[in-house]
Amino acid sequence: MESLKSIAEMLPGETAVISGFRDDMLSVKLLEMGLLPGTVVRFNFTAPLGDPVCITVSGYDLSLRIAEASTITILN
Amino acid sequence: MAASKTLRIALAGKPNAGKSSLFNLLTGLNQRIGNFPGITVDKRTGSCQLDDDTMAQVMDLPGIYSLYPRTVDEKIVTDILTNRNGAHYPDCVVLVADATNLKNSMLLLTQLIDLQIPTVLALNMMDLAAKSGQNIDVQALAAALDLPVVMINARTGQGVAELRKLLATRFKASSKTIYKTGKELELLVNDIQQKFNLATPYQAYQFLQQTDNLSFLSSEEKTYISESAKASSFFQHKYQGAETVMRYGFIQDLLNKVTLKSSDPEWKKFSYRIDKVLTHKVWGYLIFFSVLLLIFQAIFAWAQIPMDFIDNTFAQLSNVLDEHFPDGPFFDLVTQGIIPGIGGIVIFIPQIAILFACISILEESGYMARVVFLMDKLMRKFGLNGKSVVPLISGLACAIPAIMATRTIENWKDRLITIFVTPFMSCSARLPVYTILVALIIPDDKLFGFFNYQGLVLMGLYLLGFFAALISAFVLKFIIKTRERSYLIMEMPTYRRPKWSNVGYTIIEKTKSFVFEAGKVILAISIVLWVLASYGPGDAMTRAEEVVKSEASEVELSEEELEARVASYKLEHSYAGIIGKTLEPVIEPLGYDWKIGIALVTSFAAREVFVSTIATIYSLGGTEDEQTIKGRLRSEINPKTGGARYTPAVGLSLLVFYTFAMQCMSTLAVVKRETKGWKWPLIQLVYMTVLAYVSAFIIYQSLV
Repeated sequence: MESLKSIAEMLPGETAVISGFRDDMLSVKLLEMGLLPGTVVRFNFTAPLGDPVCITVSGYDLSLRIAEASTITILN
Repeated sequence: MAASKTLRIALAGKPNAGKSSLFNLLTGLNQRIGNFPGITVDKRTGSCQLDDDTMAQVMDLPGIYSLYPRTVDEKIVTDILTNRNGAHYPDCVVLVADATNLKNSMLLLTQLIDLQIPTVLALNMMDLAAKSGQNIDVQALAAALDLPVVMINARTGQGVAELRKLLATRFKASSKTIYKTGKELELLVNDIQQKFNLATPYQAYQFLQQTDNLSFLSSEEKTYISESAKASSFFQHKYQGAETVMRYGFIQDLLNKVTLKSSDPEWKKFSYRIDKVLTHKVWGYLIFFSVLLLIFQAIFAWAQIPMDFIDNTFAQLSNVLDEHFPDGPFFDLVTQGIIPGIGGIVIFIPQIAILFACISILEESGYMARVVFLMDKLMRKFGLNGKSVVPLISGLACAIPAIMATRTIENWKDRLITIFVTPFMSCSARLPVYTILVALIIPDDKLFGFFNYQGLVLMGLYLLGFFAALISAFVLKFIIKTRERSYLIMEMPTYRRPKWSNVGYTIIEKTKSFVFEAGKVILAISIVLWVLASYGPGDAMTRAEEVVKSEASEVELSEEELEARVASYKLEHSYAGIIGKTLEPVIEPLGYDWKIGIALVTSFAAREVFVSTIATIYSLGGTEDEQTIKGRLRSEINPKTGGARYTPAVGLSLLVFYTFAMQCMSTLAVVKRETKGWKWPLIQLVYMTVLAYVSAFIIYQSLV
């Protein structure tokens, strides 16, 4: 796989599996919030101005900025 | 003795798990807000009777997801829990977990187990978990973790009695170890553990991970740890990531065993439906602005009744005491300095209480997270952050609690900018000044027979402050440099009905912190100002009465008029008067005379003092009645022009000055505390004063 998709590129309602991270600093914080490789993530909706986005992961809702969402890669 | 039986209990858990509700249930009104020594994080403690002979000190720790902190408030938790010799180290911890999302609470729990702190897992919101089709095998969970598990409902109080009983038994720490550092770290961790004589390897590991966050370590100790870490090529982030993944692996296995799930997201549908409306691109903003309007209305209209009542009560109290006390400097200080000073603090309580009631309802219901979500992108353009919205709104009541509310902002730069610009928001102390000046210079007519001019100007002043805040933030965005990244990783809680008792406790807590934080400074300054305004050099003060009498010998003056004239004469010749006159050349280009100068000096402590100073200076006696003051100001003559003193140009210049100037000692004190130094409050003071001066100058010079 040459280029992996990230959460930022998902469409509302889409689900995917997290494959990894592009940013080491942020990954530590994202892991703590339960965004682990192998976890199913659902993209819920974006804020009216296109940023941040709201996702569901391991049973709860989380909001992330696009910049953060784009560091999380997904399998598709 | 009873004292030896006092248990120290700490409540920990993620935000929105019901920690505060449980704290309120356990301690009721026996709670205190203090500060941890040396830092500014609020320490919420309270006492609680566990059983007949066990008392407990309960401490509510800031909400955290793990021992690795993100905000300044969160650092304190690691600090307390990794220092067994610390004054706040608890005998046991109650980990409050949201049962609907157990996974999220478990990370911290496994860390507490590894620190070998006796911990009880309090499963909150079991009713909601059941609704969502999750069933947790509590016994299996307790057995697997080797710690007590209690089901509670922090809304109804169910299970709390059982929790109390359990806490009184002084149960032991879990015997499990969840995270074992790898072989390659064994030597390093052992060394640190022995060197610092630590009870658990994980404590040593935390020393390595968070060396800089632990305040109880001396700088030599920190150097020792970081050098050992470097020698063993210990990379904090790498190991922290690995630790989190390992812990979640354990948690997932455990939860697979103890939860019976029918995976039914049905219960969240309601929340999603609300979100569709509240984060809608049109409705979302419309609703948010309506909520803001409602808060405005509450602060300014509904608070007026209790404020008038407080105002009258203190005025009467002063008068009554004045009549009954003998003359003398001490009694004057009480009736003219201290009592009005306290009145000046108490008068803001209704607005602050109402504002925090509103904010607390929005937070309890889960709506505040949506506001952050809606506003983040917009605010970021100005160097702010979605989380800056709450402090900015709070700034409309008072900058002091508003600046304290910036602690939820993780990023230091975003937080600093928010602190810096919040005092531009027109706080309630500016309102009396605005009201009197607007009424004085703006005609009470209607535009198109509908919009009241005075109302429009008043609104314009609020907008002016708001835009000054935004523009300043925008400029600061380019000036302040930081390497720290700004991010927003925020849980969106499920909507729920606010718990009213929690709203009540928040009101009490915030009001208390305002009264004691700001109150101290306001009171102290009002006493200093009273001294400045009541004493003067030479014998001018003692001779005031005869001078006034001889000056007014040809006019018939009633006793009251004479008294008012004496007061005015005294103020003119007091130290405050001298400062006002010294200031005159500086403020003349803004259209002010020395009388306004005195008012500027006295309102440095708190802006609203402007009104009462003006009343004294124009010999109006003790009145603060708007009509009387307005009438007097209107008839004041400018000796240089022969026309009215308070022309529209002077009025507007003053209004703009009060909108921008940093005339609040207590705000400066709070900014100093929150930014840990005088640098930022001084920059803020200079910046705001210069901006106020220049703007007032431009306004006045272009209008005359």
